[in-house]
Amino acid sequence: MSGQTQRLNVVPTVTMLGVMKARLIGATRGHALLKKKSDALTVQFRAILKKIVEAKTSMGDAMRNSSFSLAEAKYVAGDGVRHVVLQSVRSASLRVRSHQENVAGVKLPKFTHFVDPAAGSAAGPSNASPSLTGLARGGQQVAACRAAHVKAIEVLVELASLQTSFLTLDEAIKTTNRRVNALENVVKPRLENTISYIKGELDELEREDFFRLKKIQGYKKREIERQMIAAKQFAEEQLAEEVALKRGISVGAATNMLVAVVETISCDAGAPESHLFIEWRRFCFRQ
Amino acid sequence: MYGWEMLSFNIHDGFLEAIVRGNRSGLLTAADYNNLCQCENLDDVKMHLTATEYGPYLQNEPSPLHTTTIVEKCTLKLVDEYKHMICQATEPLSTFLQYITYGHMIDNVVLIVTGTLHERDVNELLEKCHPLGMFDSIASLAVAQNMRELYRLDLDDMNIEIMRNTLYKAYLEDFYKFCQKLGGATAEIMCDLLSFEADRRAVNITINSIGTELTRDDRRKLYSNFGLLYPYGHEELAICEDVDQVRGVMEKYPPYQSIFAKISYGESQMLDKAFYEEEVRRLCLSFEQQFHYAVFFAYIRLREQEIRNLMWISECVAQNQKNRVHDSVVFIF
Repeated sequence: MSGQTQRLNVVPTVTMLGVMKARLIGATRGHALLKKKSDALTVQFRAILKKIVEAKTSMGDAMRNSSFSLAEAKYVAGDGVRHVVLQSVRSASLRVRSHQENVAGVKLPKFTHFVDPAAGSAAGPSNASPSLTGLARGGQQVAACRAAHVKAIEVLVELASLQTSFLTLDEAIKTTNRRVNALENVVKPRLENTISYIKGELDELEREDFFRLKKIQGYKKREIERQMIAAKQFAEEQLAEEVALKRGISVGAATNMLVAVVETISCDAGAPESHLFIEWRRFCFRQ
Repeated sequence: MYGWEMLSFNIHDGFLEAIVRGNRSGLLTAADYNNLCQCENLDDVKMHLTATEYGPYLQNEPSPLHTTTIVEKCTLKLVDEYKHMICQATEPLSTFLQYITYGHMIDNVVLIVTGTLHERDVNELLEKCHPLGMFDSIASLAVAQNMRELYRLDLDDMNIEIMRNTLYKAYLEDFYKFCQKLGGATAEIMCDLLSFEADRRAVNITINSIGTELTRDDRRKLYSNFGLLYPYGHEELAICEDVDQVRGVMEKYPPYQSIFAKISYGESQMLDKAFYEEEVRRLCLSFEQQFHYAVFFAYIRLREQEIRNLMWISECVAQNQKNRVHDSVVFIF
C-alpha cells in the first residue's frame, strides 16, 4: 500500500520526534472516539431501519384504509361530498413541526404533527367537534374517512421523519467511517512511518558522529606521529649543521659521516636506540 | 281520479312511459354485476360496460381509466336520458321531472354558497356542480361577494349544513304536496316513496348529529313534516343520544323493523346499505303499476343507485379490495 511508504516531510530531529509521537497519540485517541461514535450511530441506524420497515408496513394499511374509506364516503354521501368538503377548507389544521435531535453529535431532523387549534376553529368543522358535513347522509362515513386520513397523515409524517433521519444518519455514518478509516489506514501509518524514519535518521546521525569521532582520533594520532618524525629529522639536521660548522666540512659530508657513525654504532648489538643516540652524540662531540 | 288514469294517461304521457320502461330494461342485471365483480382492473370494467348501454359513453375513453371518469360518463348518460325525457314531457309531467332534480339543485346551490364564502373561483365551482342540478341562473349566486349582504345571514359551516337540510326538508314537503295534488296512482306510490325518503333522512340526521353541536330543537326542525315517523317518531328521534336508542324508536314501526333487524347492535355502518336496499326494493315495485309518474322518479333513482354501484365496484377493483365488493353493491334486478 502506498500509505506504507508515505511519511511526512519533516526534519528528523528529536523535537520533531516528540511532536510526531504526540500526534500519533492524538490520532489514536481520535480513532478510538470516532470508532465509538460510528458504533453508536450504527446502533441508531439499525433501530431507525427497523422502525422504517414497521412504518412502511403500517403505512400500506393506513393508506389503503384511508382511500377505501373515501370510497365508502363517496358511496354513501354521493360523489359531490368531496367538493363540499374541499370548498369548506380554509387552512390546514394538521401541521408538521420540524425540530432537531442530537444523536452522538449528529443533528437529526425530526417531524412531529400537531393540530393547529387556530386553523381548526377557522375551518369551522373538524377537530374539537365532529363536522356536520353529510348530515343527511354519510356523515359518519365522512367522519370515518377523516379519521382514516388523519391516521394516514400521522403515519406519513412519522415515516418522513424516519426517512430523513435515515438519510442524514447514513451520511453521518459514512463520513465517520471514512474518518475512522482515514485515521486507521492513512494518518496513523504515516505518523508511524515518520516516527520510524526519524528514529532511523537519528540512529544514522549517531553512527556518523561516532565514526567521525573515531576518524578524528586516528587523524590526531597520525598527526602526532608525523610531528614526532619531523622533530627527529629536524634534530638530526641540526646536528649535522653543528658538525659541519665544527669540522669545517659541508653539511652533506657531515651528514654522510654521521650516517656512517650511526651505522657503526648500530653494528654494536643490544644497544637501545636512545642509548645509541647518546653514544652517537658523545662520539660527535669527542671528535 | 283513482283508477281512471288509464283513460287519459297515454294521451300525453304514454310515449314517455314507454321510453322509461324501455330504459329500465337497460339497467344492469345481477349477471352484469357478477361479471363486473370478477374484473381484475378498470379496463376490464370498461370492457364489460361496453357491452351494456354505457358502451357509447365509455368506448372512446383512453386507457388509463380512473374511477371518476367512469362515474362521470355514467352520470352523463343519465343526464342525457333525463334531458331527452324532459324535452318530450308536457305538464304536469315536466314539472314532476323537474322536481326530481331539485335535490341536486339544492346541493349545487349549497356548494356555490360554500365556495363563495371561502372565496373560490366561480367557474371552478360550476364545474363541480352536479349536471342534473344545473339551472340557468346558478352562476349569479356567486356574484354576491359577501354572503352576509345577500342573505343577511351569518353563515358558517354548521349553518350551511343546516341550511342545506332545511332546504331539502322544504323540497321534500313541496314535492309531497305536489304529488298529492296529482292524485291517483302517482300520489299513492310517490307519497309512499317520499315518506320513506323523509324517514330515512330523519334517521340519518339523528345518527349523524349524535355528538355534534346540533341541539335537539334544531334537529327536530330538520325532520320533514310527513312520513311514517311523523309526528310521534320525530319526537322520539329528537331526543336520541345513541344508535341503539334510534333502533329502539325505529323498531316500533313495522316497515323498518326488517332494516334494523339486519344490523347488529351498536353498529350503524351497514345501515346505509340496508336503507339503499329497501329503497331499491320499493322503487322496483313502482314499476308494477302502470299509468303513473312514479316510474320516472324510480328510474332516475335506480340509475343513481346503479352509478353508485359502479363507483363502488370500480373503487374496489382499482384499490384491490375485491373482497369488499359485495359489501355495498345493491342488486337492482
